[in-house]
Amino acid sequence: MCLAVPGKIVSVIEEEALGLRRGRIDFGGVVKEACLAYTPEASVGDYVLVHVGFALAVIDEAEAQKIFDTLREMEQLEELNLADDSLLPPADIGRT
Amino acid sequence: MRFVDEYRDSEMASRLAESIRRRASRPWTLMEVCGGQTHTIVKSGLQDLLPPEVALVHGPGCPVCVTPLELIDKAIAIASQRDTIFCSFGDMLRVPGSSRSLLDAKAEGADVRIVYSPLDALRAARLKPSREVVFFAVGFETTAPANAMAVWQAEREGLRNFSILVAHVLVPPAMEAILSSENCRINAFLAAGHVCTVMGYEEYEPLSRRWHVPIVVTGFEPLDLLEGIDMAVAQLESGRAEVENQYSRAVRRDGNRPAQERIAEVFEVSPRKWRGIGEIPASGLRLRDRYRAFDADLRFATGIGEVNEPSECISGLVLQGLRKPFECSAFGTRCTPERPLGAPMVSSEGACAAYYHYRKAER
Amino acid sequence: MKEASFSCPLPHPSGETVLLAHGGGGKLTHRLIENVFLPAFACAPLERRHDGALLEVRGARLAFTTDSYVVRPLVFPGGDIGDLAVNGTVNDLAMCGARPLYLSAGFILEEGLPMETLRAVVESMCRAACRAGVALVTGDTKVVDKGKGDGLFVNTAGIGIVEAPEEVSPAAVRPGDAVIVSGDLGAHGIAILSVREGLEFEAPIQSDTAPLWAPVEALLAAGIEVHCLRDLTRGGLASALNEIAETAEVGMAISEVAIPVAEVVRGACEILGLDPLYVANEGRFVAFVPQHDADRAVEVMRHLPVCALASRIGSVEQTPAGCVTLRSRIGGQRVLDMLSGEQLPRIC
Repeated sequence: MCLAVPGKIVSVIEEEALGLRRGRIDFGGVVKEACLAYTPEASVGDYVLVHVGFALAVIDEAEAQKIFDTLREMEQLEELNLADDSLLPPADIGRT
Repeated sequence: MRFVDEYRDSEMASRLAESIRRRASRPWTLMEVCGGQTHTIVKSGLQDLLPPEVALVHGPGCPVCVTPLELIDKAIAIASQRDTIFCSFGDMLRVPGSSRSLLDAKAEGADVRIVYSPLDALRAARLKPSREVVFFAVGFETTAPANAMAVWQAEREGLRNFSILVAHVLVPPAMEAILSSENCRINAFLAAGHVCTVMGYEEYEPLSRRWHVPIVVTGFEPLDLLEGIDMAVAQLESGRAEVENQYSRAVRRDGNRPAQERIAEVFEVSPRKWRGIGEIPASGLRLRDRYRAFDADLRFATGIGEVNEPSECISGLVLQGLRKPFECSAFGTRCTPERPLGAPMVSSEGACAAYYHYRKAER
Repeated sequence: MKEASFSCPLPHPSGETVLLAHGGGGKLTHRLIENVFLPAFACAPLERRHDGALLEVRGARLAFTTDSYVVRPLVFPGGDIGDLAVNGTVNDLAMCGARPLYLSAGFILEEGLPMETLRAVVESMCRAACRAGVALVTGDTKVVDKGKGDGLFVNTAGIGIVEAPEEVSPAAVRPGDAVIVSGDLGAHGIAILSVREGLEFEAPIQSDTAPLWAPVEALLAAGIEVHCLRDLTRGGLASALNEIAETAEVGMAISEVAIPVAEVVRGACEILGLDPLYVANEGRFVAFVPQHDADRAVEVMRHLPVCALASRIGSVEQTPAGCVTLRSRIGGQRVLDMLSGEQLPRIC
């Protein structure tokens, strides 16, 4: 059960009754509310992953970039015409 | 859409596919655990980009597929009662129970509603105090925080007419069951990224060590899956067996603490029957004593006991990756997406449905 | 072992009940038509399985069609049931290569429907008819007890005069033909769902309901050899392509990257767990023209605002017959099957 969609927090609503934070989240132009109780560190401007109405994680933008850096390195290696496979970057660069 | 579109880039995909091709020197069998991952693989035709050495087996990562028959029957029985509003995610509606599905029950007049969140069901309960509102709490650990919160809120508010029918399953015990099967041919796992968003991935480390099997926590977009496969193959080729995290933009080793705490407060681990596989100890969740009042199974006496699968359906073997769907005698003939005998043919990411569509293309 | 009581989980059309999914536009609707209606009403025009019936009456080539509108909510961003009732039938005629001329309207009203709502719908129909160049010339009204109807159901039937020189229908589709879609997908379905699900948009998504005779007329005027046209309604692009592939006994190869979908529609589909290729449209169509006419057809269509995003999305192939394959963004292949019933949102 895993469809979680990334969206940007555009506003936060602190709920008095049960102390549960909610946020209005922008998914590529569609705005829907989600509960932010599980991402207390999230604030306006952050991207969160939302699953069945709950934000489950704040997206780490630096980590998100890594795959593209790795792929760019691959491209550069290819361009330098290095056919030697042992020079392939390890698949787990910074991925622990 | 940010954090979506970039991970569907075709040039990047080719580059990753090329890397996999160069690494793979012999046949490897990988299992992706989560149904959402199977869905992406089928939808993007990802297998076409992989070299013949790399085979993907679709695992039991589809809670739809593994929800036991009797729970579906109970759901239908509850939904068919007067003054009951039965809420469920869309995924569950077409799954056949012993004789029919929730969708059939809806056609016959049961108030069955599709919701996107357990909070929608909670809202319905507040709006209709004279009706019993029941939510079908199916899912892996990913959905548990939401269900836990719904029950927690209901308890705090003193809501009397809300309950959940629990069908939660846990991933690591399922992987353990697959690994301990005699005929297990899986060399590496792509672990379910969103489950790990909640639970972290510490609990996979003992599994990886004990069975000497690489486990790569993987996301859901095509580039995530390709990178996860690349990382798994790299481990296999070098004889390593570790837990690695491909989905690092969303997953941390210790997971989401507040979510884990809420789950632990509302639920406890219990044995759970997996459709087609049987009972796996400590593989499910049930409501703790304090919250038992919200257990629909206790609230509604349905009189439904254990139910057996039609003998022709081999979904259990398929779910464990021990048989391919087309090795089933009913595949494509007596069992099709419109007339499914078992859940893997109903769900869009069930292994059998996935193969059914590939087969059409090959014809 | 419960063998004895095990029965097919999805009922056969015979002896079981009608499901909502029978109205979904997918496999079950298809099956209902094939198993219940066609055998009973068997005749040549029906066998063509096209949007409208093509008839010869004393030398005149006429097109005749009917459609019923049961949408809920009655009013949505970009239109109401009145717009759909006129445009839908006008479009079925246009898809036969016929200039729409006259409509009838049959209303089934639920007791208690506010008169204001009825007036608003009728006004919409009047405006839509004017825009489409048709006259509403006859009608009927019935009222049912409160609780027996969704406020308002309307059926419209339409007559047009065929202007296409050759027959425009699935039978004319040939391997090698280009598949062209007239614009971006999914707006109507999402507009409806946005009301039902309480979605907000930065700019509200409007239904794409629109009359489509103008682009068809333009294609014919440009001398394009139009083989087949089909407007995309329930079941979306995927259902329309599958129906034609099956009737014409051809295959189709479509490219995902070429299919226009507005970003905000895509966002809504992502969060609702829907595939835009199966979402309903009301002002979009797919055209099949010979390869040599493809570029010109797209150019002609793009001159009209309703087809500003017209795009070639693929080709017709010999095999596999009846099968539509999609090449994904990343270069893999998948079969774009017909849905079994209505598309259900998924969270998995």
